[in-house]
Amino acid sequence: MTERLQADVAIIGGGIVGSSAALFLRRFGLSVVLLERSLCGAAASGVNYGGVRVQGRSLSQLPLALRSREIWRTLPEVIGIDGEYVPSGHLKLARGEADLARLEAYARQVEGQGLDLQIVSGASFRRQYPWLGAQAIAGSWCPGDGHANPRLVSPAFARAARAAGARIIEHCDVTELGHDGSHFVLGNARGLSVRAPRLLNCAGAWALTVARAYGDDAPMESIHPGMAVTEPMPRFMDVNIGVEGGGIYGRQTTRGNCVMGGSRGTSRNPLHAQPRAVAIAELCQRMAELFPPLAQAQVLRFWSGVEGSLPDHQPIIGPGTKHPQLLHAFGFCGAGFQTGPAVGEALAQWVHHGRASVPLEPFTIERFSTAAAGAPLHSPSSTSP
Amino acid sequence: MSTVVIVGAGPAGLRAAEQLVQAGLRPVLIDEAPRIGGQIYRQPPATLQRRPADLYGFEAGKATALFERFAALLPNLDHRPDTLVWQIEDRTLHLLSGGRSQTLAFDALILATGATDRVLPFPGWTLPGVFTLGAAQVALKAQASLIGPRVVFAGTGPLLYLVAWQYVQAGGQVQAVLDTAPPEARRRALPGLLARPAVAAKGAWLLARLALAGVPVRRGVQLQRAEGEGRVSRLHWQQHGRPQSTECDAIGFGHGLRSETQLADLAGCAFDFDPLDQAWLPRRDAAGRSSVPGVYLAGDGAAILGADAAELAGARAALALLQDCGHPVPAAHAQALEEALVPQRRFRESLETLCPLPADWAAQAPDALVVCRCEEVTAGELRACVAETGTREMNRLKAHTRIGMGRCQGRMCAPGASRLLAQAAGCSLAEVGRLRSQPPVKPVPIAVLGASAPQVAPVPEDQRDD
Repeated sequence: MTERLQADVAIIGGGIVGSSAALFLRRFGLSVVLLERSLCGAAASGVNYGGVRVQGRSLSQLPLALRSREIWRTLPEVIGIDGEYVPSGHLKLARGEADLARLEAYARQVEGQGLDLQIVSGASFRRQYPWLGAQAIAGSWCPGDGHANPRLVSPAFARAARAAGARIIEHCDVTELGHDGSHFVLGNARGLSVRAPRLLNCAGAWALTVARAYGDDAPMESIHPGMAVTEPMPRFMDVNIGVEGGGIYGRQTTRGNCVMGGSRGTSRNPLHAQPRAVAIAELCQRMAELFPPLAQAQVLRFWSGVEGSLPDHQPIIGPGTKHPQLLHAFGFCGAGFQTGPAVGEALAQWVHHGRASVPLEPFTIERFSTAAAGAPLHSPSSTSP
Repeated sequence: MSTVVIVGAGPAGLRAAEQLVQAGLRPVLIDEAPRIGGQIYRQPPATLQRRPADLYGFEAGKATALFERFAALLPNLDHRPDTLVWQIEDRTLHLLSGGRSQTLAFDALILATGATDRVLPFPGWTLPGVFTLGAAQVALKAQASLIGPRVVFAGTGPLLYLVAWQYVQAGGQVQAVLDTAPPEARRRALPGLLARPAVAAKGAWLLARLALAGVPVRRGVQLQRAEGEGRVSRLHWQQHGRPQSTECDAIGFGHGLRSETQLADLAGCAFDFDPLDQAWLPRRDAAGRSSVPGVYLAGDGAAILGADAAELAGARAALALLQDCGHPVPAAHAQALEEALVPQRRFRESLETLCPLPADWAAQAPDALVVCRCEEVTAGELRACVAETGTREMNRLKAHTRIGMGRCQGRMCAPGASRLLAQAAGCSLAEVGRLRSQPPVKPVPIAVLGASAPQVAPVPEDQRDD
């Protein structure tokens, strides 16, 4: 089957970023062809923890995250379903005075940005969250955050894009990545050929293949966050929980299942990840300690996914160095679900208006080519808390 | 000394163990049950003494032979009963036993994981008092109990008549045997059934005994719904388009068996669609070698062929393992086992002709039918998902609807859900694929796994996801 397609914009990758970009591009009236190797929203976008969290992000990500929060709040209008989005708030816990000091420092740092963080500690902390283990001594409360079901949300962005007129081709492994001087030329082994003057590289953990084909590179590695879900439990956890210093995060769905993450899985093959028993045991230990109501619960399933991570824990969003008509958006370091819709919108704005409404300069891929010339890639202190 | 592990102490696992011990190995034999035998030769607790003839009927001789053989092998076996394998990773088994999680590294592994009932549900199947045929038999074998005083057995497959007769013998009042297979299936299946004349004769004998006992046997039945207040009290069904109903206190139903393949999946085995079992099964050669070196498959866990075939396949897989490890194996013995399996397969094909699955089950299933009882997902929700999202694949159906996300992880609901998906999406059962297995194979307590963690180190800076 030979098929030749032409569009204003070609997108590689049907995760939440590529799919929302397709949707917002259609709203600008641009024609879109999106090529997805598997099924849209079935990789990291669909199997992640489901945190919809602004708290804890670096200052540079706040404009994106806050814009995304607005989109999340109108989700049914955008994608046609509520995606089990619950604006539950996010509580980031301290397990010691040093953790608490870091949470307080972060709260001061983002003061006035719209996060409205409140530090809760002492007796009122224990009174509000009696279901937390004794190791948690205080927390930073972000009322505007929440959680959602990624299995529903991410594929729904692709469906909404398709309904808006985007051509979405699933099971399409792009094997030809070329440029004819004016257009990007993409193809697969089954004879499909797509020409477009603009290209969005939203291929997640596999985006380096695309980047390298067009002369860009970045020190991205694959990570495999480990997840667990318990049997349905009586409702006890009414907020999305994170922990300063990491190791565990958790939420409870409306049905009662507790979704937990915090360990690392391993790669089964380049396309799939699987949980590791050692990491599973670590995660279970932390679950039992931090959430005493779960100590006697059973886990129904452990799983993992494949995600791209960069040394400075910030994504790459912005034009290619050799091809300015190419826009990269990948390497979200395990935290791209919440920002995904706003990243898609920003990409669409960039294509249509030549600039995005939120600053994306911190995320340029060039920051790594500078590093290659001798400057340090990042300082450890730049890691987001 | 290399570690050879057999998972499953049913007919396949026991015959595999026998070959390995004879070759001088000391295999580890792991089983979830407290006593050997698998499902078919399940034994009551040691404190409950019952005669083999009462427990196993015609098969008492085979059961006794296996138990005696096992007793002789036991000194050379590392038998680990009451043990669940919940994960396989890097040639290591993760076990749950006695409230503790342990690991066991293996050099070679024989998976003889057996089967469960294949369930195509009908409205009311979640009422108390409705059991699978296998569960009805377990109640009898393991606890000398009936699932109710007045029982209807329904569905199709050889187990249907066997369990009915066992209940009659045990003093149960069998109200009816309702076979969903069409009456003409028997005529079509007869030539093939003669591949194993003795087994075919047993089937005829069972039917005759049921008739003599006055048990109504109906064929070409469509199950309509079970009803009752608090527990089942009546089953509605149809024959030749005529609605009928039968009073009962319990129902045992099932539509043949399905292989337990999660461990093969976790071990990384490749799968193919098997048209006979109408299921995705781990790939294996005639000797039982999987696609993963050092991992072997035998018995109903690899493909549904029954207990006699399982004994042969278990022995054959063990010989393959020995061959691959450089042990001398008489070629004639291996070949004889493979040849003995040929008529078993032919017989199995005829059984499928004799007891076909209800062809129009998916089309007939009402929207309100609960397909996934763990997550309470209905046929209507599955159809709506297909209509609204264009879903054509099982894992995507799971992601959208929660089917297969509950306690059974799809072990019970996948046969029904995959048929509904194929029907609604207009594609074949092979095309909708299969649910990917994730650990644990069965639910495991958080506290137990947490206790197995080594001293937890601080989380590395680059892994501090939140």
